[in-house]
Amino acid sequence: MSSAHTRMDGRFDFEHIARWINPGERVLDLGCGDGALLAFLQQTRQIDGYGVELDPDNVVACIRRGVNVLQFNLEQGLSGFEDASFEHVIMSLSLQTVRQTVPIMQEMLRVGREAVVSFPNFGYKPHREAIAAGRMPVSRHLPYQWFNSPNVRFFTIADFEALCADEGIEIRERRAFAKGQPVEDDPNLNAEVALYRIKKQ
Amino acid sequence: MKHPQSVGLVAPQTVSFSEPLTLKSGARLPEFTLAYETYGQLNAARSNAVLVCHALSGNHHVAGYYDANDQKHSTGWWDNLIGPGKPLDTRRFFVVGVNNLGGCHGSTGPRSLNPATGKPYGADFPLVTVEDWILAQARLTDHLGIDAWAAVIGGSLGGMQALQWALAYPERIRHSMVIASTPRLSAQNIAFNEVARQAIMSDPDFNGGHFYEYDSNGRVLPKSGLRLARMVGHITYLSDDQMAEKFGRRMRHGKHHFNYDVEFEIESYLRHQGDKFAETFDANTYLLATKALDYFDPSFDYDGNLNAALARAKADFFVASFTTDWRFAPERSREIVYALLHNGRNVSYAEIDCDAGHDSFLLATPHYHAALSAYLEGILL
Repeated sequence: MSSAHTRMDGRFDFEHIARWINPGERVLDLGCGDGALLAFLQQTRQIDGYGVELDPDNVVACIRRGVNVLQFNLEQGLSGFEDASFEHVIMSLSLQTVRQTVPIMQEMLRVGREAVVSFPNFGYKPHREAIAAGRMPVSRHLPYQWFNSPNVRFFTIADFEALCADEGIEIRERRAFAKGQPVEDDPNLNAEVALYRIKKQ
Repeated sequence: MKHPQSVGLVAPQTVSFSEPLTLKSGARLPEFTLAYETYGQLNAARSNAVLVCHALSGNHHVAGYYDANDQKHSTGWWDNLIGPGKPLDTRRFFVVGVNNLGGCHGSTGPRSLNPATGKPYGADFPLVTVEDWILAQARLTDHLGIDAWAAVIGGSLGGMQALQWALAYPERIRHSMVIASTPRLSAQNIAFNEVARQAIMSDPDFNGGHFYEYDSNGRVLPKSGLRLARMVGHITYLSDDQMAEKFGRRMRHGKHHFNYDVEFEIESYLRHQGDKFAETFDANTYLLATKALDYFDPSFDYDGNLNAALARAKADFFVASFTTDWRFAPERSREIVYALLHNGRNVSYAEIDCDAGHDSFLLATPHYHAALSAYLEGILL
């Protein structure tokens, strides 16, 4: 799993994630890409950070910027990580690339006291319009064609919240964005990205 | 990046220590010599020194060459790593290679004269452990005027030494680079070592390890045993896929001869590797190095708890493994990584896709060398 594609459009979510991280915390970033978020959190929150990343070039990029990186395959789970060994486990714009959705969320909430998850909202209005016009959506946050997308799960804000309710996962906070700006009104329709702070109930 | 270059013509050095060394077994070496080589310059702050530890059959000749007219046969065993413009860049780092205690390339070992008897130690050379090697290397570190290594790096058994440095001298190593290694051998690993030892010890020319005394004119050395030991070892260094690709079922003569001469190419290759090794390596050194491998287990004194064993470490770590290495599989490196995570150490881990099995650590696979370069460039001097 690789998330190199996820941060090409800027880092507006970094600031919001940083607000949920206390200084000096132990943080695990799953699918950490080139390590930009961890480097940002190291600078702004002095975190003790580790990234998990499978793509070799991203692993080298992390090492190059002085970010601890572990070349593990997330599809094989987090079984080697100890319970509650991180204050936060982050998965930024990568959940849609993981096949084992529920297991990975449960593992994040086992290893971390809290998890931070962000994902592109498939229910975003322009996406719905694309479908209505008969084509799969291609947008800033879903930049791939249907045949070359690394994304394997397509879901909306409403889908995600329904899953959390089913799995006994508490949503502690939600932020929704479109074009880098906060969205308050009907996020499932108007937000292109959603960011959550979640916890085991 | 400039075009990578060789460190060029190099020469080994030796240093002798007259202060006795008490080994983990309780045995004492009254004095000992270590052979070593250095490349690059130690900086004024003495903060740029990197120690390269060798594996089972290696030595201190890590980089450069001894003979400008025969570079092919006199180049160091990890030359692709070390030199100007290479990942371990000698324009920046002062690099030291050392032959371990018990070795057969210039450091005190079974072939050396026992001062108590005036004869070669032979089988009387005490068993040495990875811990003992690091004790001896610490003497060399003092001799070179180095307070702390910027990094200690090694593959396989060399990786165990890089790890042990972080445990034995937490204040004297800033970065530990543990490659294609394991925190302890598995039963299968020990089993292969035992086959190798039995091959050597059951050689009629082994003479209980005192074969040097029969070595005056007839060159009676336990070569067939050492050859067999190396053949077995070599199988564990390669991957099944790589063997299939390199040799497959290819035959020397294209048809079956129905005898025991070389028929399949893999037989020819293994015999050649065994012969070459038995010419240059010492059977007693091979025996004791396999025992050093077997004994190594930092968790032994902690009821098998690796987390507790690594609690002493203060260094930052770079750990790497190779996907087709079944001798020390990636899973074994991950054990080290998880124990380091438990202890809050800085650690980066690369799992390199390479088809060359355990020996992958000696190759210059792009992702592998890119990761090494990135890590080494990040070391502050």
